[in-house]
Amino acid sequence: MGKTIYQEKTRILSKQKLASNFFLLKIASKKIAANSAPGQFVQIRVQDSVVPLLRRPLGVHRIEKNNFEVLFQVVGKATEMLAQKNSGDYLDVIGPLGNGFNLQKRGEIILVAGGMGVAPLVFLAEKLKKSVDPKSKIQKIALIGAKTKTQILCETEFKKSGFEVRVSTDDGSKGAKGYVSDLLKQVLRTTHFALRPNIFACGPRPMLKEIAKLSKEFGIPAQVSLEEHMACGIGACLGCAVETSKGFKRVCKDGPVFQAEEVIW
Amino acid sequence: MKNPDLSVKIGKLKLKNPVMVASGTFGYAEEFSGLVGLHKLGAVVSKTITLKGRPGNTLPRTCETPAGMLNSIGLENPGINKFIKEKLPVLRRAKAPIIVSIASENDPQEFVVLANELEKIRDVAAIELNISCPNVKTQKSLISQDPEATFQVVKAVRKVSTKTLITKLSPNVTDITQIALAAQNAGSDAVSLINTLLGMSIDVKARKPKIASITAGLSGPAIRPIAVRMVWEAFQKIKIPIIGMGGIIDASSALEFFLAGASAVAVGTANFIDPKISNTIIEGIRSYLKENRVSHLEDIVGALKA
Ligand SMILES: Cc1cc2nc3c(=O)[nH]c(=O)nc-3n(C[C@H](O)[C@H](O)[C@H](O)COP(=O)(O)OP(=O)(O)OC[C@H]3O[C@@H](n4cnc5c(N)ncnc54)[C@H](O)[C@@H]3O)c2cc1C
Ligand SMILES: Cc1cc2nc3c(=O)[nH]c(=O)nc-3n(C[C@H](O)[C@H](O)[C@H](O)COP(=O)(O)O)c2cc1C
Ligand code: FES
Repeated sequence: MGKTIYQEKTRILSKQKLASNFFLLKIASKKIAANSAPGQFVQIRVQDSVVPLLRRPLGVHRIEKNNFEVLFQVVGKATEMLAQKNSGDYLDVIGPLGNGFNLQKRGEIILVAGGMGVAPLVFLAEKLKKSVDPKSKIQKIALIGAKTKTQILCETEFKKSGFEVRVSTDDGSKGAKGYVSDLLKQVLRTTHFALRPNIFACGPRPMLKEIAKLSKEFGIPAQVSLEEHMACGIGACLGCAVETSKGFKRVCKDGPVFQAEEVIW
Repeated sequence: MKNPDLSVKIGKLKLKNPVMVASGTFGYAEEFSGLVGLHKLGAVVSKTITLKGRPGNTLPRTCETPAGMLNSIGLENPGINKFIKEKLPVLRRAKAPIIVSIASENDPQEFVVLANELEKIRDVAAIELNISCPNVKTQKSLISQDPEATFQVVKAVRKVSTKTLITKLSPNVTDITQIALAAQNAGSDAVSLINTLLGMSIDVKARKPKIASITAGLSGPAIRPIAVRMVWEAFQKIKIPIIGMGGIIDASSALEFFLAGASAVAVGTANFIDPKISNTIIEGIRSYLKENRVSHLEDIVGALKA
């Protein structure tokens, strides 16, 4: 994994509105596209002003040759401003940042995405499609959970990458009713895995905590991508600490991906 | 006009330019390598180091506020021994003068022990006494909120240390000049103004504080007018150099501090927004001096027309 971090003025190539307040930006950057690994993120300065003051972290969602994409939900002022941008606008971006998922594992693959957790997992799915021999028939499952039907994103992307997709919604408007961690539990209970499966998860902390429990219960290793409020995003301010069995670690620099068992939940 | 002279003298320390990076906002410098010319910096101030390591405070530790941010890191650091063994070699690679920031947790005597540990290390260019961190809960009040306590700590360290001593003061006081005078009278070579202002922010939906420790330190452009005012006030009363900081985000904001009486400046929060900003500011100061036909930076220190 390339450890070099770049700061660049990048150009927005396209903007797409996916659902009511979900947006996809395609951004030109050869360097970030060439050096990013699934699970890594970028720090975006949405505007050259003091409000908002700090950059905002967004996961690398997909990469193409010279471009990368971010997928985000409008939740506050910075994401609102970002949603107002148009193709041709410039963004000051730092990345790629952090440590991504470890893809050296063999065996079945289970992706678990909660809410915006789909963002980095699509990149992971597309990377795995390339690295896993298509004839190997290794089972690949993607579980997507969201509050409601309209917020279930990226189903086609996972399918295109050879994943069997299952969905859950909190309100039952699509797929299984309940949390995606419940869906995972059901899958683990009912599926026979010939090899040794691995879980890769991204989503809100309570969901990841549940997954950590299931990982322990079923003896299946899980890698989880954590979120924490970030100021610098490069490991300098110590604002994003997470307690692990090896002491406090920085989500932005030592993570955002951690082994589930390593985190003190 | 030939290149203006940006060098400054602080105690025994001569800096090639007056722009440092503030304690706690620059990690151990390596985090910024590749993003900024580290060797171009006037000096690098380390994260504050305590005698024993500290794990830091519970999360969340940071949040954004209008034109600023709150932080309650809680002086997370590995402790002096590990710092010297593991972090100092990393800092050295920056090839900029190293200023080590230190603080006590319970007993002010810890400052003396820490200063003693650093005394032997040649390339520690100066020591910054952080008597003003608002995020350590074992302290009821800050040393820098009491002129007498400030005097005692600085004097005790002065006795054992031949290094350049910089005392970092808190803005959470009624009269900063009294504390600055106490530091000067006890033998401090310079003062750093200001540490963060105590602040608080609430998530009204959840009715919860946005920072786990409830109160936290405010930094960024929001505090700049207060910082500039305090530098100006201190400049009227003390003779030792002032290192100004608080909300510097560009050359113009840095220049405000020089005109108010600072001999040097430190960039804090702005490092998070633009990692190369300290370099940009150095160039901006140089251009300003050229444009205004000023040959030495020191000629504009306190040169406010008032
Ligand atoms: C490593 C990492 C990767 C991320 N990837 C994505 C992504 O791919 N897509 C996406 O939509 N979002 C992602 N996020 C979350 C995103 O950074 C926040 O939604 C964004 O910073 C909010 O900014 P804002 O100014 O719009 O909201 P604000 O006004 O700052 O906050 C609005 C609300 O969101 C909460 N919030 C803000 N920042 C965070 C955070 N870092 N973690 C959790 N809650 C937060 C606030 O507490 C508040 O309740 C990621 C976060 C991290 C740390
Ligand atoms: C995240 C963060 C951590 C800090 N940690 C320290 C510290 O360890 N010691 C210290 O003396 N000051 C610390 N400070 C204060 C800064 O050094 C500086 O005095 C203050 O932030 C004002 O400058 P600014 O507005 O440019 O950030 C910290 C500030 C921030 C934002
Ligand atoms: S956000 Fe600053 S250390 Fe992680």
